[in-house]
Amino acid sequence: MKEIKRFILFFISELKPKGRLLTPFNIITTPIILLGIALIIYRFTNGLGAISEGGSQDFPWGLLIGFNVVTGVALAGGGYIIPFIVYVLGLKKYRPMVRSAILTALLGYIFYAFAVLLDLGRPWHIFNPIIGNSFGISSILFIFVWVLVLYITCLFAEFLPAITEWLGNERFRKFAKKLVVGAVIFAITLSTISQAGVGALFLLAPTKLHPLWYSNITIFFFISSIFSGLSVVIIIDSISHKVFKDQAYNFGELIIGLGKAACLTMFVYLSLKLIDIAHSRHWQYFQSPMGHLYLVELIGFILFPMVMFTEGVRRKVMGLIKLAAFITVIGVILNRLNVTMIAFKWYLPHHFPGWMECVISLTIILIQIWAFRWIVNRMPILREHKWENE
Amino acid sequence: MNRREFLKTGAIGLGGLVGIKGKAYPCETKEFYGMLVDTTLCIGCRSCEKACSEVNHLPAPNLGDDKPRQTSIDAFTVVNKFKIDNQEIFVKKQCMHCNQPACASACLVKAMFKTKEGPVIWRGNKCLGCRYCMIACPFDIPKFEYNSLNPKIRKCEFCFERLKKGEKPGCVDACPMEALIFGTRRELIEIAKERIYKNPDKYVHHIYGEREAGGCGWLYLASVPFEKLGFPENVGETPYPEYTKEFLYSVALIFLLWPSFLIGLHKALKKEDEGD
Ligand code: SF4
Ligand code: SF4
Repeated sequence: MKEIKRFILFFISELKPKGRLLTPFNIITTPIILLGIALIIYRFTNGLGAISEGGSQDFPWGLLIGFNVVTGVALAGGGYIIPFIVYVLGLKKYRPMVRSAILTALLGYIFYAFAVLLDLGRPWHIFNPIIGNSFGISSILFIFVWVLVLYITCLFAEFLPAITEWLGNERFRKFAKKLVVGAVIFAITLSTISQAGVGALFLLAPTKLHPLWYSNITIFFFISSIFSGLSVVIIIDSISHKVFKDQAYNFGELIIGLGKAACLTMFVYLSLKLIDIAHSRHWQYFQSPMGHLYLVELIGFILFPMVMFTEGVRRKVMGLIKLAAFITVIGVILNRLNVTMIAFKWYLPHHFPGWMECVISLTIILIQIWAFRWIVNRMPILREHKWENE
Repeated sequence: MNRREFLKTGAIGLGGLVGIKGKAYPCETKEFYGMLVDTTLCIGCRSCEKACSEVNHLPAPNLGDDKPRQTSIDAFTVVNKFKIDNQEIFVKKQCMHCNQPACASACLVKAMFKTKEGPVIWRGNKCLGCRYCMIACPFDIPKFEYNSLNPKIRKCEFCFERLKKGEKPGCVDACPMEALIFGTRRELIEIAKERIYKNPDKYVHHIYGEREAGGCGWLYLASVPFEKLGFPENVGETPYPEYTKEFLYSVALIFLLWPSFLIGLHKALKKEDEGD
């Protein structure tokens, strides 16, 4: 009892904001979040149609699925790559990155689940696929939902040591640390499936998704999640150096290794894409606007940042590596939006998603950033902590 | 793609070992009920639309308007006019009641369900409203009530409730021209083949729905190629569950192989470390 009371008091004291309140970031984001919350309430009182002008009979999935979920999953790739590098490959020097990567993925996946919930027409049946008697086991979405739930659990287990350190409970910490490697191995497995699985959702739309993107989509989604995740880690690193000046451990030259790995996977990706195009004789599409868009993706957002990564790594120019990572991430976003929205039913006229949908989508991301900041300010994520020494 | 072939065989072998059924969607394909639509007989009176609205308690269709339409949340079937070589052809459109429906293989809670009688129905007590069935259906049939707080997926259900009572679907008897014939799929294909055989100049020699998307419960005869009548031409003959089969096998494969591979890797690299 005492323990619980102590914890609650501690938790309440930690709820208080740390640092200055009136930062430009807060001033800009607070009204957006408030508006977003109001719109979410509006959505639940007036139906899904009230917020999504884009969501229509022709385009059943709008921004919340197309951007927040499908794109977000790719951006959270760092959540399995970095633990893979550190715990499985045993490259201990990357340890300083592991917690922020796990945290990014953990928050990411929690908020995708939240976005899915907002987008469901009949959310009160959400437990049907999990504990209901209606397992659609041959459905990719069924697998995806299960993987999502299990993966969040695993990420939480991986993150537990940080929580125990925050609470200052040594016994609990020892226990939590024992879970980590097991959780990591299971999490990497689940993540592989979820990364490929978001692509696999579109396997059932062979006539609706443009052939250039449809072809081998699961393999490409998986490979791109690797360089996407690595690039996001590089970017988060450079941003948190500015934002959390007081505690960021200097990753310094570590990002060179990440840049190298990203570059390598991009090379594999590009080569497979070329084989894929040649193999499926898709040349004829390159005269159409969709074909041009595809080339923009491959040349502007794969080949180009690849060259930048190579240069950056060779000459050890951090700025160049960061820029390359940034361009890569934009490219991944473009690719996912192409699959979910632009190249999906490319033969029909498309509408821009309605402003309400955009605000809600942005709100989810902003709340996620706030949560990230709240946690980083309290738990040992970026600051130097006892690296687990096994 | 040698690697994929290898994966496939491996997966099928393993699938057999752990007892995954080869068939992604369980259903009898033998004696489904179906409907044959002979578009050469249809005069576009739209009596079937009217009957459908009555049976399903939907707003009455505006028969005066002959713009091309899609099915919607309050029109489960529409008859569209096509002008081809100065000839007017009318085509009724509704759910095709596929043998191995894309919508059902997409649905994560089996809310979209292929009954053993043939109709593909929607079960509201299961549905989450995720709209994945709409993404999957090659004919763009399921429609979602965006503006409702208790939104339903709406589409033709082949009057399953009436069928169970031994009655025919609402539309078929309303047709004054006998352009619609109700029966088992097998009978209907025989009738269709016979019509083509006896009038080889009148019909194109193709029964739409016989093989499309793995076969449909609704079958069509026409005097002009089906692409000209608004039928999607690139649907192909592969049953939709086939498209995801390979991935479902690889999920099993990843679950079996990944952890042991990762643990092995982890152990091996750790040993080396200690050796240093
Ligand atoms: S036409 Fe579409 S909705 Fe109807 S059974 Fe086939 S896939 Fe399902
Ligand atoms: S919207 Fe309902 S019927 Fe359609 S796939 Fe989702 S759960 Fe199944």
